[in-house]
Amino acid sequence: MDRREFLKALALTGAAVTMKWDGVMDIMAQENHTSGTYDLVAVMGGEPAEMFRKAIAEFGGIGKFVKAGQKVVVKPNIGWDKVPELAGNTNPELITEIIRQCFDAGAKEVVVFDHTCDDWRKCYQNSGIEEAAKAAGAKVMPAHEESYYREIELPRAKNLKKAKVHTAILDCDVWINVPILKNHGGAKMTISMKNHMGIVWDRGFFHSNDLQQCIADICTIHKPAVLNVVDAYRILKTNGPRGKSEADVVLTKGLFMSPDIVAVDTAATKFFNQIEKMPLEVVGHLAKGEELKIGTMDIDRLNIKRIKI
Amino acid sequence: MLKKIRLLLALVIGFTITCCFLDFAGLTDGWPNLARWQFVPALLAGSLVVVITLLVLTLLFGRIYCSVICPLGIFQDVIAWISKKTNRKKKYAFSREKRLLRYGILGIVILAFLLGGTVLLSLLDPYSAFGRMTVNVFRPVYQGANNLLAGVFNHFGNYTFYHVQIYVLSTASLLIGLLTFGAVGWLAWKHGRTWCNTLCPVGTLWGFLSRYSLWKVTIDRQNCISCGLCERKCKAACIDSREGQIDHSRCVDCFDCLSTCHKQAIHYRFLGKTKPTETSPDSSKRQFVATLAALSLSIPAKALTQAAPLSNSNKAWHKQHPLSPPGSRSAEHLLAHCTACHLCIAKCPSRVLKPALFEYGAGGMMQPKMDFEHGFCNFDCTVCSEVCPNGALLPLSKEEKHKLQMGRVVFVIDNCIVHTDETSCGACSEHCPTQAVSMVPYKNGLTIPSVNPDICVGCGGCEYVCPVRPFRAIYIEGNPVHQQAKAFQEAERKEVILDDFGF
Repeated sequence: MDRREFLKALALTGAAVTMKWDGVMDIMAQENHTSGTYDLVAVMGGEPAEMFRKAIAEFGGIGKFVKAGQKVVVKPNIGWDKVPELAGNTNPELITEIIRQCFDAGAKEVVVFDHTCDDWRKCYQNSGIEEAAKAAGAKVMPAHEESYYREIELPRAKNLKKAKVHTAILDCDVWINVPILKNHGGAKMTISMKNHMGIVWDRGFFHSNDLQQCIADICTIHKPAVLNVVDAYRILKTNGPRGKSEADVVLTKGLFMSPDIVAVDTAATKFFNQIEKMPLEVVGHLAKGEELKIGTMDIDRLNIKRIKI
Repeated sequence: MLKKIRLLLALVIGFTITCCFLDFAGLTDGWPNLARWQFVPALLAGSLVVVITLLVLTLLFGRIYCSVICPLGIFQDVIAWISKKTNRKKKYAFSREKRLLRYGILGIVILAFLLGGTVLLSLLDPYSAFGRMTVNVFRPVYQGANNLLAGVFNHFGNYTFYHVQIYVLSTASLLIGLLTFGAVGWLAWKHGRTWCNTLCPVGTLWGFLSRYSLWKVTIDRQNCISCGLCERKCKAACIDSREGQIDHSRCVDCFDCLSTCHKQAIHYRFLGKTKPTETSPDSSKRQFVATLAALSLSIPAKALTQAAPLSNSNKAWHKQHPLSPPGSRSAEHLLAHCTACHLCIAKCPSRVLKPALFEYGAGGMMQPKMDFEHGFCNFDCTVCSEVCPNGALLPLSKEEKHKLQMGRVVFVIDNCIVHTDETSCGACSEHCPTQAVSMVPYKNGLTIPSVNPDICVGCGGCEYVCPVRPFRAIYIEGNPVHQQAKAFQEAERKEVILDDFGF
């Protein structure tokens, strides 16, 4: 019996016992980190909402991250004036499911926004996210104007010592980072860490002051996302982050989830690497993030749950 | 009754056009584009139906156009109305026609236009003047009010309203807008329709035709006691009550006079053909002024622009040609058709259009050009080409737009961050819809932009987003005549079947 199988068996037994003895198991789960909770959950082969449900269940439900009465932000990537089929933005079905679960967990309000690259109204509309979010009861907030941002200090950062961050993030109780997995011409990959560029106002500063370092820097924000959910249902393998045509899109039906932002991005990059070559070293912000102690690239040492549907 | 119909029509039409110019949130999408019913735009666009309809309308009923179709006319009536409200004693008095001035201006405008000095027509065409005034003067006020509302609503967690950035489109255009507002507004406040009856070339043309119109306002001299009530009501100052005469070339069919007469001596009725008196204006004088104006306008733009920005740390460059908007075909076509009404500028969701100064030459002043300071041209957007009433921007389909090359990308490696700082960037390539800017391997695992201008559409995404200042590392050089972009190579589509996570 290898380690993984052993853990699986343990988890299964754990789950079986929980059915009857939740109280007891809760205490056990807290004591024995490796048996009940995972560091990272990866799912393949399902629909976006379905994969999220499976993954979050492995973490013990969204209630582990979102408490009743909290103000929650769900931050997708809505950067481009693209329809969901072109994989420029996070999948709207996934966003719907996350919002729904947040409300189920008792969230007082859920806000969705992104600082877009294309015209924000077109992005919000054509991505399908505005409609999905509103239908699920979330508020959709603009982010196209400097007045929606407030300056904060980033004492742990190297280059980006200060940044104007969207007030939705600064004023919420918790936020969930929901990027889409894409190739990126400048940063090489855009996943959870790069998705932080959508919470800041001045992206030009990033580009002129070592992009990879600034991406890692912004992730040192005092209020990190409680959970990173990487949408890899459709991914953009080439010509990212915008993509030229459907030829750049691959239907991979994946989803990765972790509170550890560097770990989940490392895992997603390795997943991506199976389609297009993408060594971890070239995705500079991963190592820089690890250096700033915001997460680990050493995912082999993590407790990962893999689910194939 | 006639007055009430006039009022109703004027209010509806005036409101619709004004809203189209003010709206930034897509609230007027689907409203009728009444700009197409404006005379000068229709004439330049070659829409015969509109031109003939308006001609026939005037020949039948007189200057109905000036009262209910022209937004600047309606604007003046509003101002005059307010003026009257504030000063109840206000009254108008007959004044003599300034014929030489009227026809002189019309002549100069036409001559200047034929010589490439479209700017004069742009300045004086009432619809375009109204558009510019609304976009430059009223729109910021409207946006400011919106921002106030947005501030209140957003504070309470409601995002129905959102903030918009208010900025000066161009100083020249703002000044001209303010000047138009000041001049037309002052004239309307003091003297009613003086603008329409002395300066407006369209008013002069309709004035000329309305001498021959079949229906006219006339004074029944048998009943008239020359009390002067109608004259005092006439904002066009065209009723000479003492003589019992009406100058039909200046009557704008407002019908205000009809109800004031106690003796039922003034009527709007069918008159058939009457013989207007015609004196020809002093042609030699006109010629002189026209030539002078034409000359001054054909002074090359280069002589007027001071192109001497201080050179800075990074490599300087200058665009040889401005980028004319999608659908304009060429700077030349734009020059010959656009009267700078700013409707395209108001409707551009990406804020990429702005009024030109001398980039198209002095004659093309205030015409729209693409400027990448506040945004870049959305790949899928064709709004400007759809709204243009002048045919200066011709309608484009999304597919046509995708292949249209408005300009070509130029990369200045000496300014590029990847080259100077040896750090990642790629913002330009990120924004490029055709990957005319793509990232290719450079040193130390870095990638650097590489450009293929043949597949560039000239949207300006790269120039807009390039973080380098003062001179960016990438910019778009305008095509004086729009070209077809070469089709970009599509990556081969391959089916990928993954059955492992890869970690």
